[in-house]
Amino acid sequence: MSAHFDIFVAGAGPGGIAAAVTAAESGKRVCLLDANPTPGGQIWRGLRLETARNYPHGAEFAAWQSRLAASSVEILPNTQVVDQAAPNRLRVELESGSETQTTDIEFNRLILATGARERFLPFPGWTLPGVMGAGGAQALVKSGLDPRGKRVVLAGTGPLLLAVAASFARAGAKIEGIFEQAPLSRLASFALRTMLTHPGKFTEGARYRLKTLSAAYRCNSWVKRAEGRGRVESVTVTIAGKERTIPCDWLACAWHLVPNLDLPRLIGCKIDSGYVAVDALQQSSIPNVFCIGELTGIGGLEKALIEGQIAGHAAANREAEARALAPHRRSQQNFAQQLDQTFALRPELRTLPTGQTIVCRCEDVRHSALAACTSWRQAKLHTRCGMGPCQGRICGPAAEFLYNWQSADSRPPIFPARVSTLAASADEASAGQITQCPTASR
Amino acid sequence: MQPEVLSITINGKPLSVPAGTSVAAAMLMAGEPCRHSVTGEPRAPLCGMGICMECRVTVNGLPHQRSCQLLCASGMEVVTE
Repeated sequence: MSAHFDIFVAGAGPGGIAAAVTAAESGKRVCLLDANPTPGGQIWRGLRLETARNYPHGAEFAAWQSRLAASSVEILPNTQVVDQAAPNRLRVELESGSETQTTDIEFNRLILATGARERFLPFPGWTLPGVMGAGGAQALVKSGLDPRGKRVVLAGTGPLLLAVAASFARAGAKIEGIFEQAPLSRLASFALRTMLTHPGKFTEGARYRLKTLSAAYRCNSWVKRAEGRGRVESVTVTIAGKERTIPCDWLACAWHLVPNLDLPRLIGCKIDSGYVAVDALQQSSIPNVFCIGELTGIGGLEKALIEGQIAGHAAANREAEARALAPHRRSQQNFAQQLDQTFALRPELRTLPTGQTIVCRCEDVRHSALAACTSWRQAKLHTRCGMGPCQGRICGPAAEFLYNWQSADSRPPIFPARVSTLAASADEASAGQITQCPTASR
Repeated sequence: MQPEVLSITINGKPLSVPAGTSVAAAMLMAGEPCRHSVTGEPRAPLCGMGICMECRVTVNGLPHQRSCQLLCASGMEVVTE
């Protein structure tokens, strides 16, 4: 089974939706793929048209969801890209019920909108049940986890901390404290600049804080360890040099985000300082491959929407329309840079793990074993770090921060795939359809 | 309108959840770990987005299902790995 489209969009978050809708409205045949059951990505997860306006970012969701529904975009949910079968052809796995199908999608142009994931940093106790990513905890609440009456501590860095605290408070959780590692001076200058240059975002942040006023918000503070029997029961934080232990049911951590670069890397897009390098039309170093949103810099919803529209226009040969959005894009890119600078991780966080602290959760590889290695490759060979089911998606960014290793590599399948999918690739290779693995030649 | 309620079992114990609840959310509410790590530690959902693989469970006999990407269905039998 295979299908052919003018434009194939991988990732149905806000950026992917904007790109797909914009291109389809120009008359192109567009396919929009996502691993989740419904479009919306992480920020719009679980929103429904009828109730969306009561939630943050609900108005934008309603507007784009309506345009998507009215468009000719063909949506492919529950689908995971696993490999590039050939140039302009991606191999995907579709889940339907308990069935998994493998198919190839062919296209003339590709828009990658694979978004970001949370960065996790290891500290003693971070593997205890109840310790979660802040975004992850929010996603779980959106998918039915009932936080009423739960005592929640938030620790880490970035605007996500406040946003998640506000959504927890609204859902009935008791916020026991919000601990931001960035120093007050950087936060103050960030707040001032945001107020002047992006007043909408400033208001949004202020509104989140107003909803969580009953909880302490501390800067210069971070988690030292989590403790408990079988699950987290307390968290010890350091606040301006003093330690404090707080009983809690859940600890939600946010250490900013890292872009999901597996697919751009597999395809060969040039990466610069941790993000995909793109031109003014969002085109990567590979012709006809566009990258948008968090892939080109962690900037959030508005940046993804603008870049999605630019890529959608550009991929549909409407360059003038794409270029008209440049000033908006520049403003959002500036905001992304300010986020990176303001919430840069402090070096003290490198000292959190003890020798016994697990760094690679899939293979239970401890800090002491890794500290004896000199590179990501050596760590993989000697300790199995990064070789479990998550394939280094969690411990890779942690190891980059802790040990200054470059963990970057991307090999097919880029996501755990069924043996039947791999067998299909092998059959083609032996039948002469693929003489060489197209992504192994770099 | 009251949301529809589904009955599932987690490690043999019955649990009722509103329709639309993910299996990962149900596991957390039941206080059951999703899996045990290679050195025997209990593990529960971490990323909530299908990436970390910590929320793998066995569902209706099928192992290694990411519970955060899976919605509860009536009669579902979920077992810690």
